[in-house]
Amino acid sequence: MSAGDRVRGTLFRALLLACVVLSAAMLLTLLVDVALDGAGRLSASFLTSAPSFRPDVAGIWPALMGTLWLIGICAVFVVPVGVATAVYLEEYADGSKWWNRLIEVNVQNLAAVPSIVYGILGLAFIVRGPLSLGPVVMAGALTLGLLVLPVVVIAAREAIRAVPPSIREGSLAVGATQWQTIWRQVLPAAVPGIATGVILALSRAIGETAPLIVIGAASFVAFAPSGPSSVFTALPVQVFEWISRPQQEFHELAAAGILVLMAVLVAMNGAAIWLRTRYESRW
Amino acid sequence: MAAHAAAVEDVLGVARRRRSEQAVRALLAAAAGLSVLTTTGIVVSLLEETVSFLGDAGIGAFLTGTDWSPLFAEPSFGVLPLVTGTLLVSAIALAVAVPVGLGAAVYLAEYASPRVRRAVKPVLELLAGVPTIVFGYFALLFFTPEVLRPVFGEPLSGFNALSAGIVMGFMIVPTVASVSEDAMSAVPAALREGAFGLGATKLQVSTRVVFPAALSGIVASFVLAASRAVGETMIVVIAAGLQPNLTADPRRSVETMTTFIAATAKGDAPVGTTAYEAIFAVGTLLFVMTFAMNLVAIRFVRRYRQVYE
Repeated sequence: MSAGDRVRGTLFRALLLACVVLSAAMLLTLLVDVALDGAGRLSASFLTSAPSFRPDVAGIWPALMGTLWLIGICAVFVVPVGVATAVYLEEYADGSKWWNRLIEVNVQNLAAVPSIVYGILGLAFIVRGPLSLGPVVMAGALTLGLLVLPVVVIAAREAIRAVPPSIREGSLAVGATQWQTIWRQVLPAAVPGIATGVILALSRAIGETAPLIVIGAASFVAFAPSGPSSVFTALPVQVFEWISRPQQEFHELAAAGILVLMAVLVAMNGAAIWLRTRYESRW
Repeated sequence: MAAHAAAVEDVLGVARRRRSEQAVRALLAAAAGLSVLTTTGIVVSLLEETVSFLGDAGIGAFLTGTDWSPLFAEPSFGVLPLVTGTLLVSAIALAVAVPVGLGAAVYLAEYASPRVRRAVKPVLELLAGVPTIVFGYFALLFFTPEVLRPVFGEPLSGFNALSAGIVMGFMIVPTVASVSEDAMSAVPAALREGAFGLGATKLQVSTRVVFPAALSGIVASFVLAASRAVGETMIVVIAAGLQPNLTADPRRSVETMTTFIAATAKGDAPVGTTAYEAIFAVGTLLFVMTFAMNLVAIRFVRRYRQVYE
């Protein structure tokens, strides 16, 4: 190796490292900036008060409860449907049939459809049109559910695929039917992977703003939703509302709202990482 | 004889079991069918109002017009300013995300020790997990005033394409990095060892062996990144502004297709007007553009999977 090669090698390595460092620095700057802007507004009363036109008494309670309602209903919808789709594609579908390939490509494409397009779907089919639910919690949860369904399907398929064939063969050999094998052997073994995928999908749903704006989530709601048919607002929608105002006091409220949003996300991702390391099995 | 066999099966519960097995299978297939129904629903919901919109505005005027002013008394529906606004912001985002994401991917796949990888990967996952509204806040209230303003001075608008584009670029770095890294990690070690055996340096192996071998996956990551940039909404709504300018000047405010949809749906246009229907027409254009890119990316990913896995 010549001296020139060595210099070029070192420079290249430094350049690559710079890409990583730059990304990390950007993330750090963003987090510090939001924390500095918002920390002063964080308090118990910020968490428990309703939004207000007077920034010093404004809070985030209805939005926080709105987000929890959305995510709860979204999970109830997306877990069974997503896992069932994944089981069908991995355990039953004959990949040489055109309709199964269609479903597969379709799921991959849906994962990359812009979130605002799901907002249009929710507006036309769920808020108005066939379901006509109006801009309520249920409509928001279903829209977000359709949006993150492909994420759950893809994660659940990977988890199911990671269960070795010998587990299935052993079960079938002692007389279990295909469904008994899946329900009692394959799915229990895949639960950690599926749960991780579900949590990541739900954390994506929590941060989504655009589809909720399009379906008409209200930007000023003084009360926490009382059920699936209440009008609602959500954390990111409330944050957006505050960013849109010109006064700096509201920008500080937006930053504080982001801190609450990020705290919810960090808690969920912490749970996902814990699940992954705690139950990760190697065959 | 057949009756006898059926009776035996009945005692053993075989027929009942077969029926329930088939019922389960049908139920699972129905769940899988919902995803196809979702796509159908998207297409139907977009097309219905788009057809009615094009009847009012004219398809030629929509696709080739250079003036977008749907809310004026004399409205004009030329979509080009929204398209160029979208492309300008996306191009800036890709100019950031492609080199930075690819550099990070090469570093992770070829250079980083397992320990460094374990430290760096969560950083990228965290970056990917930050909600887009947070990037919007950062672009409008930090990146524009604190970073770009000192460099560009007064010609820089408070809402501008540059800040939205750069911040969006960092948002999609993880997309480029993770898909490219997957592709490079799938390149068999034998190819690297062969090149090392012939006396190649690490730099040569990375750029002339691994990079070309993983090219289809790397291209897929770029296309996916472009699709995400075109479809991203909150960053541009917050930081790029609401002015449909036909301009290539990144210091100015531009309106993107997604910005128009979000702002108009939020209540700028009354339901039933042509301006309201324009949401769906712009949505159709957005869906068609991202759909084409997604199919290209899916095809490229499949290609490297077929070769190496």
